[in-house]
Amino acid sequence: MDDIVDLSRFQFAMTAMYHFLFVPLTLGLAWMLAVMESLYVMTKKEVYKDMTQFWGKLFGINFALGVTTGLTMEFQFGTNWAYYSHYVGDIFGAPLAIEGMMAFFLESTFVGLFFFGWDRLSKLQHLMATWLVAIGSSMSALWILIANGWMQNPVGAEFNYVTMRMEMTSFVDLILNPVAQVKFVHTVAGSYVAGAMFVLAISSYYLLKGRDLSFAKRSFAIAAAFGLAGIISTLVLGDESGYEVGDVQKSKLAAIESEWDTQEAPASFTLIGIPNQAEQRTDYAIKIPYALGLIATRSLDKQVIGLKDLMKSHKERIRNGMIAYGLLEQLRSGDTSDQTVAAFEKVKIDLGYGLLLKKYAPNVVDATEAQIQQATDDSIPGVAPMFFAFRIMVGAGIALLGIFLFAFYQSARNRIGHSKFFHRLCLYGLPLPWIAIESGWFVAEYGRQPWAIAEILPTHMGVSSVSSNQVLFSIISIATFYLVLLVIEIFLMFKFSRMGPSSLNTGKYHFEQLENKIVDNH
Amino acid sequence: MFEYETLRMIWWVLISVLLIGFVITDGFDMGVGTLLPFITKKDEERRIMLRTIAPHWEGNQVWLVTGAAAIFAAWPSVYATAFSGFYVAMMLTLFALFFRPVGLEYRNKIEDPRWRYSWDWAIFAGSTIPPIVFGVAFANLLEGVPYVLNEFLQSQYKGGFLDLFNPFSLLVGVFSLVLFVLQGSTWLQMKTEGDLRARARRITMVLGPVATILFAIAGLWVAYGLNGYVLTSIGDLSGPSNPFLKTVELQAGGWLLNYEKYPVTMLAPLLGLLFPLLAALASKYNRCGWAFFTTSLMQVAVLSTFAVSTFPFILSSSIDPNISFTVWDATSSELTLNIMSITAAIFLPIILLYTSWGYFKMFGRIGKEFMAKSQQSSY
Repeated sequence: MDDIVDLSRFQFAMTAMYHFLFVPLTLGLAWMLAVMESLYVMTKKEVYKDMTQFWGKLFGINFALGVTTGLTMEFQFGTNWAYYSHYVGDIFGAPLAIEGMMAFFLESTFVGLFFFGWDRLSKLQHLMATWLVAIGSSMSALWILIANGWMQNPVGAEFNYVTMRMEMTSFVDLILNPVAQVKFVHTVAGSYVAGAMFVLAISSYYLLKGRDLSFAKRSFAIAAAFGLAGIISTLVLGDESGYEVGDVQKSKLAAIESEWDTQEAPASFTLIGIPNQAEQRTDYAIKIPYALGLIATRSLDKQVIGLKDLMKSHKERIRNGMIAYGLLEQLRSGDTSDQTVAAFEKVKIDLGYGLLLKKYAPNVVDATEAQIQQATDDSIPGVAPMFFAFRIMVGAGIALLGIFLFAFYQSARNRIGHSKFFHRLCLYGLPLPWIAIESGWFVAEYGRQPWAIAEILPTHMGVSSVSSNQVLFSIISIATFYLVLLVIEIFLMFKFSRMGPSSLNTGKYHFEQLENKIVDNH
Repeated sequence: MFEYETLRMIWWVLISVLLIGFVITDGFDMGVGTLLPFITKKDEERRIMLRTIAPHWEGNQVWLVTGAAAIFAAWPSVYATAFSGFYVAMMLTLFALFFRPVGLEYRNKIEDPRWRYSWDWAIFAGSTIPPIVFGVAFANLLEGVPYVLNEFLQSQYKGGFLDLFNPFSLLVGVFSLVLFVLQGSTWLQMKTEGDLRARARRITMVLGPVATILFAIAGLWVAYGLNGYVLTSIGDLSGPSNPFLKTVELQAGGWLLNYEKYPVTMLAPLLGLLFPLLAALASKYNRCGWAFFTTSLMQVAVLSTFAVSTFPFILSSSIDPNISFTVWDATSSELTLNIMSITAAIFLPIILLYTSWGYFKMFGRIGKEFMAKSQQSSY
């Protein structure tokens, strides 16, 4: 059983992180294409059309894998997380279906017209198609993050013992979930940075090689402006404002800071240290006074609750959850007297905590003190991975801020191309947004553990009744396919990036000019 | 807005509509993908074939994606039980589906014949495996699926991957592939010229009658060879979704009862038999538009036949028929269905509008001259 849980978690983590290599670029690049094409329509300068088509070509190579890997995400909720799907499909499924109808159709229909409509659509029609791709993809992200936000902070839903699942009580609460909202802004802005960094880095490559300069400079300037706006939004509208609501979000915050004991407000921020989970303390901590309180609560008087206090309340709720579980068994076996129902209603909010025990005591109600302690210890995520992943994310984010500030400053002073060193920095800085994004998702989802749905459904309860051999089969197959596809996509990306706008066959750019010269000399 | 009972019917219809949207639109691009390695050896002609579907397949695939998401949202337990039960089959479909976006996007990026030849087979696999698996899966839905539910509504599938395959399910798998290929062949008739069009025409003329025969055999098999699931009692049709409150019986010819009750539904199988023949006939007289139109209606008729036959069952358990999921006890809550109905009422018409606009803008045949002229946008 534990096998299945670990394997299914591994598969989900692997496929989700792989999927999110491609999504940010789709999200970010789509808007930049819309800006470039708008410039083309407004100024009528061909170079902007070439930019739209060339970056659009790279966009297409990436888009194909984004779509492909997205299919896996949709399938595996059903294949690998069947009980999860049954238990929360009533709420979690809705945003996914709405995403399909409202956003994914729009994005996918117009992406076809974007690629193949150049000589079939009028200029304005084509521009509209491009904008709709950008709008569609970001709207798609909105619905997915509403679904994801609900996993972190499940508002607007209630458990129904007759259907044995969570059911929606308020759609408005679901979409206005504060966690979903900050998550959307933070994730999407971060993705725009990835799109901008992609264009910035590859344009820098042309600038370093000294070819197609006017094309590269224009691309660089657009990327610099777009990326600066993106990185400032990402940092300022960071996720932390969403950490005040919900117990799991609080645990995440405390784990990120490795804050074991609740400090007096305003709490100090642990810049660096080594979290020690067994002893429940942080070794070699270097602290900055007041900083955590200011960042996390944006106040001087609100406390940031420490892990030990959180676990104390978890233990309480686990005991309550045992009662809830016992009553649920009575209800399910047919005793639906008013008394039982009323008693269950009173404690059902802690049912999820009772389910945490399932891993250690299958009958839950007869759990020993030691088993309760075990479940309590596991009611928070591993602190060290959270602590370091968060710092990697922030570090990469700050480096990106530096790059975009300077890039913007250079383009404002019309000095793009002057500093070889800086352009090399831009080129080799290309992985930074992806490092930040992947660590960010790690913090968000690993930090949610041990829950699949915060305080409602433990991860170990969510899996399907399949055999570990089946999951092993799918992990190995998916990993093989993904590896091959990654090699092919990187090969194509490099090929077309090296070729640059010459790949458009317009005759205007570097390699074609070179060919023409050779032909002339003969 | 609507009564719970009505909403449940609405979602049974809407999910059928989404799946019909899938077999009509993705039907033709998958059909083209299956034909790709066989209908011509010339790269130029293959590029023409792919170019006809290139602007549309991404949008088409969303019918499948949204269909699956709608099943997740409207029938969560069905989604959970079917996807985990058919684990290996689902994974194979998924792997096959990997090949399409990358194949279609990457094939023409490099001019090396080996590169293109390999992608052609990848696109073939991606277009051929899913229709077969869908056919096999639908056949299994008719035969009943060996799963159980415990008191916490955790489902467990008791069969193995190979149990999915038996003579009946293989027949339906082949039939399903024939339908997709037919849909692809009439699309090619409509969108290409010359040799390619002539070959596509011959394919429709051969496969049209084949589809009718296969459909007839499958129909007779369902009527005389299979037991159907029949509802003998059910609780409140507007009650909470609880699959334990009804009784179900297996009866010979049970899948035909709806036709006796509502004779007008006989139209679905009759038209399902007729349309493939009409498509062959239309092809014989070179009416490409009519050919495509009739194969599209054929898809509607065949899926409707399935829907009418199995109503109100969605997923039936062969181990414990009483816990089968029906239209009334497998759905999401009333609020969720309401919200999604409003969304569908607003967005489905809009989707149809801009999708049609896209097809309208891309209207017309694609031949060698077209390909030569539009180097730029053929990516």
